[in-house]
Amino acid sequence: MKKINYKSFPDKNGRFEEFGGKYVSETLMYPLSELEKAYKKIAKSVSFKKELNNELCNYVGRPTPIYHASRISKELGSCNIFLKREDLNHTGAHKINNAMGQAMLAKAMGKTRIIAETGAGQHGVATATACARYNLKCVVYMGSEDIQRQKVNVYRMKLLGAEVISVESGSKTLKDALNEALRDWVTNVDDTHYIIGSVAGPHPYPMIVRDFQSVIGHESKIQMKKINKKADILVACVGGGSNAIGLFHPYLNEAVDIYGVEAGGFGLNTGKHAAPLNKGKPGILHGNRTYIMEDQNGQIQSTHSISAGLDYPGVGPEHSWLKDNKRVKYVSVTDNDALKAFYYLTEKEGIIPALETAHALAYAFKLAKTKKNKNILINLSGRGDKDIDTIISLKRIKV
Amino acid sequence: MNRINNVFKEQKSVFITYLVCGDPDINSTLKMMHSMVENGVDLIELGIPFTDPIADGPVIQRGIERALKNRVSLIDILNLVSKFREKNKTTPIVLMGYMNPIENMGYKKFSSQAKSKGVDGLLIVDLPPEEAGSINQELSKNKLCQIFLASPTTEDKRLKAIARYSSGYLYYVSLKGITGSSLINYQPIKKRINKIKKLSKNKIPVTVGFGIKTPEAARKISMFSDGIIIGSSIVELIDKNRKNKALMHKKINNFVKSVKSSLVK
Repeated sequence: MKKINYKSFPDKNGRFEEFGGKYVSETLMYPLSELEKAYKKIAKSVSFKKELNNELCNYVGRPTPIYHASRISKELGSCNIFLKREDLNHTGAHKINNAMGQAMLAKAMGKTRIIAETGAGQHGVATATACARYNLKCVVYMGSEDIQRQKVNVYRMKLLGAEVISVESGSKTLKDALNEALRDWVTNVDDTHYIIGSVAGPHPYPMIVRDFQSVIGHESKIQMKKINKKADILVACVGGGSNAIGLFHPYLNEAVDIYGVEAGGFGLNTGKHAAPLNKGKPGILHGNRTYIMEDQNGQIQSTHSISAGLDYPGVGPEHSWLKDNKRVKYVSVTDNDALKAFYYLTEKEGIIPALETAHALAYAFKLAKTKKNKNILINLSGRGDKDIDTIISLKRIKV
Repeated sequence: MNRINNVFKEQKSVFITYLVCGDPDINSTLKMMHSMVENGVDLIELGIPFTDPIADGPVIQRGIERALKNRVSLIDILNLVSKFREKNKTTPIVLMGYMNPIENMGYKKFSSQAKSKGVDGLLIVDLPPEEAGSINQELSKNKLCQIFLASPTTEDKRLKAIARYSSGYLYYVSLKGITGSSLINYQPIKKRINKIKKLSKNKIPVTVGFGIKTPEAARKISMFSDGIIIGSSIVELIDKNRKNKALMHKKINNFVKSVKSSLVK
């Protein structure tokens, strides 16, 4: 393996070697460069860091705990399973880390209107929350299919004062919500900031979102040290990949085994999945070069996953790069195995995880059965309240 | 001298139309191309359908969806151009679309195929000059023009660079927005066109697109630009009349004629 300083990317062109970049229409080049300038400025600003830290502590509820899941650890073998409890954040997932940072950034840039895309609705809720907190107008684009399966989050966004726009084009899921948000941004660039929820999109988004989410990994390191442990293995689910990169990035230059878990849907050989790193190839989607799911003519394929948050045919460009240089191993877990892990954690540890997170759990449980005496740290990226409707209809639970 | 340069030399105001290739079907596209030329169109931008057209409004999105339903691929489009060339050797054809289908085919294969089938230039909406280095090498090798976009948000420094990187012509996007939006004010466009012309050392022709919907708007813009581009209004005529093909062709022909007669000669 070649020696790479993983912290020195992206380069000045927004590239992770052959991945990333800025593949956008000309109108967006200016706001993207403005955003990059503004971000570089605040990233160096002591007072911004202090203010963000204060918000993360007192509003979001950070640091989130690391919990040693001793019951399941014992049952699964000799490994110790640790959960980084991002589900305990305000609004129920890691998404708020980025939404707060970007809302503050937008405020600093003098923007008055925020737009966002959302799949599972977690990023939409986090953005709507940050906008309520900072008195910003908020518009969230969401695929009509996702609106159906994540109704609770739609209600939350509306209560928080956001306008939720149903996207009816294409596959009516996350990718189409992103298309619509980009169209809005191109039209309203003067007063609007687009808060992208994942480490996807054109540069500088993959960098900005990663930096705001890296608080997960930084805290984890300190917390593990406090209990005299060191993580041997990291596991996180990967849709666009923001919770994963948030945990992984601070560890990339260290001797830790890292696994990113994609949505295997009905199985990698059925074509009905959302696993571009496992089954796709490099292409260009939503402003960056990355692994994507496409047909033989370069058209983007529709995806399937039980979890709306992973149902995306692309992935953040940094993950594509980490795959190609073999720093992170990208694997997949089917809908069924994710569901089993969902029930298992719920019943054995009293923690209801998001269906997205259940993918990471399923793979980590598999590792725990085969590895010996390792400390496995899983990013418990979100809680499962939003998935209750899906689960109830599967289990046919009656009141 | 290639076909694009010729047409800008010959015409005071070049009339450019956009069609989604394969909308409502590929034979109709070919028929429309020929009849557009007969009615005064000087250059045709042929849209490559793509599943995620982030710069297009609802009208062109629907056109693209129809073309995708017909499973029109990039190869089909190149073959269509070749068929068009059987009867027409002079009207320039520019392929316009998004990067991924071309990325998928490969720059080298695409460029040599495009050349041999009779394409004259390429305009990729999501490809600013910063990302265009390697495809540009292949296009230049095959003497294909690469058209770049400039927009109301483009800063002067970039305007200059975009003019320098563009070959054939430069496409000025008249407004902040997506295709099919409405144009309100002409004065700022005029100012920007003059600016680009002043900044451009290579005297690249500057055309204007987005928001031009009527002969009157076309006439006004033709007074200060080198060409005008109409897309959504034509795709909308297809959208509304596609069930009656004869009527659809007739309406498009009439519209094209009325625009042509309004342009500055």
